[in-house]
Amino acid sequence: MIKTEKNKVNLIDARGPRFSAVITTLVLAAALVTQSAVLIAIQLVVFAIGAFAGPAKTPYAFLFKKFVKPRLKGDAPTEDARPPQFAQSVGLIFTVVALAGSLLSIPALFIVAVGFALFAAFLNAAFNFCLGCEIYLLALRAVK
Amino acid sequence: MNSLTPLLVVLALAIAFGVWYTRSRGEFRKKKTVNGPKLDASIIGVELGSRVTMVQFSSAFCSPCRATKALLEDMVKTMPDVRYAHIDAESHLELVRKIDIRSTPTTLFLNGEGVEVGRAMGTPKRSQVLAAVNAIR
Repeated sequence: MIKTEKNKVNLIDARGPRFSAVITTLVLAAALVTQSAVLIAIQLVVFAIGAFAGPAKTPYAFLFKKFVKPRLKGDAPTEDARPPQFAQSVGLIFTVVALAGSLLSIPALFIVAVGFALFAAFLNAAFNFCLGCEIYLLALRAVK
Repeated sequence: MNSLTPLLVVLALAIAFGVWYTRSRGEFRKKKTVNGPKLDASIIGVELGSRVTMVQFSSAFCSPCRATKALLEDMVKTMPDVRYAHIDAESHLELVRKIDIRSTPTTLFLNGEGVEVGRAMGTPKRSQVLAAVNAIR
């Protein structure tokens, strides 16, 4: 899912994923309140694009490039695309679980899964939280 | 069945966690008991500094790791008795377990003997690194 070749670091504008996290937070918050399977399905597709094609290829990244980036001043801070791509993959897993909860009529599963995804997206948007920093090594330690 | 309760609960928890997270990242935490394993050049890949060695653990999915590396590499240039070592956590999982590294970046501060005096999780500020290094004799 995520390429980990050490020599080829794909750099993207670091402000893009932060902007995407804001939109993601709004979509997930709306989905949580309305318990809308449609909103979660849309977010699932966005996460899937981010996880497989890269965070700079999502519709939210397109909005950032088209409308936000031209208005920003100063040099673009760059970052490695892999950390946000990892976060998108984790988001994908949570939205898949949420959608399953919705389709199987298990509202608790939907609420908990959307809740976790929203928790991470909000932290990313508001506090620049790095999900990969905190859980990747713990996950590796658990499985290897 | 629309309800605002789950949203408010998640936001309250996320804000509380976020405030704690922001405050605790970069902070130097002193090791309470100095009896950890001794690290040396064969483990960290760099000769120990005569007074302090900073050992940074990084991983692939970590954006602040790059900034931390740049900061610490820059700082050791002006401190002849301090050295810097960079370790990829993923390819050193045994060491990671042994000295209990949980997140990246984590920077260990070793004394002249190679014993951990304390560590900082997240990207420290220049002033935090200076204070930590200066506290080690």
